[in-house]
Amino acid sequence: MVTIKQEQNLPPRAGHLNGVIVPEQPDKNAIEVRGVRKVFGSGENQVAALDTVSVSIRENEFFTLLGPSGCGKTTLLRLIAGFDFPTAGEILLYGQDIAPLPPFKRPVNTVFQSYALFPHMTVAENIGFGLEMLGKSKAEIKARVGEMLKLVKMEALAGRRTSQISGGQQQRVALARALAPQPKVLLLDEPLSALDYKLRKEMQIELKRLQHETGITFIFVTHDQEEALTMSDRIAVMSSGKILQVGTPWDIYDKPAERFVADFIGETNFLTAAISGMGGGKARATLKSGATIEATVAEGFQPKDNATVVVRPEHAKLTSGKGDLSGTVENIVYFGTDTHIHVQLDSGEAFTVRQQNTRSAGCGFERGDKVGIQIGNDAAQVLRD
Amino acid sequence: MANFSIKHQPGFTAIAATCFVVLYLPIIVLVFYAFNAATSTSEWGGFSLKWFQSAWQNTQVIDATVRSFQIGSVAAVLATIAATMAALATTRTAAYPGLTFKYAAINQPLMVPEIVTGVALLIFFSRIKIFTGYSGLGYLIAAHTAFCIPFAYLPIRARLENMDLTLERAAADLYATPWRTFRRITLPLLWPGILAGLMLAFVISLDDVVITEFVKSGGQDTLPTYMLGQIRRGITPEINAISTVFLLLSVAIVTLFFFISRKRD
Amino acid sequence: MATAEQVAKEAERRDVRTRWLLSAPALIIIFLAATGPLLIVLVYSLLTPGAYGDVKWQFSPEAWLSVFMERDIFDDTLSLAAAHVTIFWRSIKLAIVTTIATLALGFPTAYFMATRSEKTRDIWLFLITIPFWTNLLIRTFAVLQIIRNEGIINTILIKLGIVSAPVQILFTDTAILIGMAYVYLPLMVLPIYASMEKLDFRLVEAGYDLYASRFQVLRRIIFPLVRPGVIAGSILVFIPAIGAYVTPSVLGGGKNMMLSNLIELQFGQGRNWPLGSALSITVMIIVMVALLAYVRNAGRAEVRHG
Repeated sequence: MVTIKQEQNLPPRAGHLNGVIVPEQPDKNAIEVRGVRKVFGSGENQVAALDTVSVSIRENEFFTLLGPSGCGKTTLLRLIAGFDFPTAGEILLYGQDIAPLPPFKRPVNTVFQSYALFPHMTVAENIGFGLEMLGKSKAEIKARVGEMLKLVKMEALAGRRTSQISGGQQQRVALARALAPQPKVLLLDEPLSALDYKLRKEMQIELKRLQHETGITFIFVTHDQEEALTMSDRIAVMSSGKILQVGTPWDIYDKPAERFVADFIGETNFLTAAISGMGGGKARATLKSGATIEATVAEGFQPKDNATVVVRPEHAKLTSGKGDLSGTVENIVYFGTDTHIHVQLDSGEAFTVRQQNTRSAGCGFERGDKVGIQIGNDAAQVLRD
Repeated sequence: MANFSIKHQPGFTAIAATCFVVLYLPIIVLVFYAFNAATSTSEWGGFSLKWFQSAWQNTQVIDATVRSFQIGSVAAVLATIAATMAALATTRTAAYPGLTFKYAAINQPLMVPEIVTGVALLIFFSRIKIFTGYSGLGYLIAAHTAFCIPFAYLPIRARLENMDLTLERAAADLYATPWRTFRRITLPLLWPGILAGLMLAFVISLDDVVITEFVKSGGQDTLPTYMLGQIRRGITPEINAISTVFLLLSVAIVTLFFFISRKRD
Repeated sequence: MATAEQVAKEAERRDVRTRWLLSAPALIIIFLAATGPLLIVLVYSLLTPGAYGDVKWQFSPEAWLSVFMERDIFDDTLSLAAAHVTIFWRSIKLAIVTTIATLALGFPTAYFMATRSEKTRDIWLFLITIPFWTNLLIRTFAVLQIIRNEGIINTILIKLGIVSAPVQILFTDTAILIGMAYVYLPLMVLPIYASMEKLDFRLVEAGYDLYASRFQVLRRIIFPLVRPGVIAGSILVFIPAIGAYVTPSVLGGGKNMMLSNLIELQFGQGRNWPLGSALSITVMIIVMVALLAYVRNAGRAEVRHG
């Protein structure tokens, strides 16, 4: 996958947890969020939407804030845009603190979830609005608007009112409008959520293309883990006002640091294990079944006797003989491309195995079968919590 | 029970039909007799426009009409400006100290019977008249402006509340200062509400009888107070003719208002 | 450089200040030409009437006593002022009956309008809006022409031979009632319609599904859900009805006085401004009691529907 290659090209990543920042290359950071808190309400009704968040976003990066609704991802975006002010902390844009600036003085632009196109203006007028406000000359505006229309393939509809174009087209106009003033950072607040499935897939590719062509840093907010995995260079997973983990899609999926991250992204099996023999980022985990497997260890893991181990369903194999785990088939669910086999382990835990389907045969197991489960090398990860 | 309609309620349609007929019948009869050639309003003496002509030549009628329009237009414009500003100040915000007070204060003229306001203004303005010696139309304009504000405020506030704050945020995001955001985004989108408020205020001012009756000085009859005086003295079809023209005007304004405020975008 | 927190606080302060400045013109105009003078009325009600109208600046509780009492000219004893009590009673009675009558007619009308198709609903709404904004005096005058002795109703009755002489409707309480019900009907229909339009008719379906009869659906489902509209409509009719001036002046013919006519009299021939002021405040108090009941009821209705 492309993203993995990029990971290898990128510098080693900065530390990011709980206010401790170790910026590797501070000059290359487009945005640096330092110890930002945002509290809404007052007195007893205080709610901390962001609880001391720190994160660095690199230049030219497609960076995604991922999390369930109410996790604080949109709040963070609004603080960067300037629609809200942080209660504490700094937001640096190429080294300059922009947190106290009003939105119209920040060289960042936003693509809104509802697009927020001006209904009393044409497509071209919408796209040119930012340039007009910046006091650009008529000729310059015209040229740039034309360029933008071409970029989003909307030349034919320049004179239309925004109410006369489709949702997908409105999305493109919103993008063009935000890109036209050439912002240092583009903020995208769940921009694809209003589109239907097919259009969303198209726009995902389109967004990647635009980012590549313009070379602008994108900060993308979404609650859709699949969208985050396919589009991002790096992802920050958020929950309850905190950033839990920052990493490449591959990091986030295969090396989740916490239970929440593992659970929120993809399907996962959680097993309790006794930990022994740590070293070199790996540990020996003895499962309840008695089997001992080798597992990678999450960053920031504090050595302890018992921990949670996660195994993705596609990284385990079902056998009719003995495996690392043993149990009884409880349920078999057919998904077209694959089949999920739910197993009740002898230890009492539940475990799901995902098995690729072939055309000719069934999955080879039936409900009630006694089965073994083999966990592949490098398939298990010990969580931090 | 083949066609059981869940929306049917026995007798409701009949009552509704009666209501609509009853609402319009007297008005139709009134307009009809405006074209009556006979002097009595109870007999039909053939079609004639003579009552319109007689109203047109009645200088009192013309004076009162002109006065009504003067007061109405000035009061409506002032009330709409004040109401627009007040609407901007009281919508799309988290509750702040004084907000509830403002709502109550702006709507206060709606909560007090007109007769009470009329009496209060009679007393207050008569004092000022003694003090200043001024007895022009200013008092009527002030009174009309005050009771027009809550009416003008209504559609403007409604429009504002339905307006998406994200649009203004988007403008700010695109480097528009607060003032330019107001000029380029808020005001153009609010415009239909302001227009509706202006027309409502004008109609309300034009319709007022009670407060005007108490506030006016001698020789300051507006069209409605003039008509009230005539009706009390005994009726001629001339009143029907004036009413017909007045009705036509009201209907025209209301129709315009209706379509402006219903227009969705 | 100021921190973001300070900037935010300052922006908030400035926002509140701007909002006060923006609302100032409306508040000042309303205070000077509507609310403020009400306080002067209160002061006037406690003064002595002047010989040629206005007041003498001398405290006197007489005006308030005269609201319901009258002083015997010979022995100074107080007794209930029969004339005033009659007028109060008539005003309150007529206002209540008007409210009930408009509700009885307006509720089905609003229901009818709300159950039309989306497209035609706007037409019906338009038809009710027209009279709503048409001059009240003209509409009262229209009623006068219908119900007077030579009017269309009596003419038809006589022509049909139902009565031999015209029925005297004009200048009676009935005339005032008909007039007020007529002019205030749109005020009742519009708020009920506004609530009714939002009514989710799937709830009605659910009611029928659970074995309710038409009347039970009306009473147990529709009515409770549109109650806020009904209360708002009742208040909107009751307030102008209790202080109605034009309708009793035109249709009551000066004989059947209502509170407003009594108040006007004090500022005209009566030359008793303090009494007029005291009466005005009494009307205000009645209205305030009605409004308070409304606020309490509306609050309850809101709680009930979460």
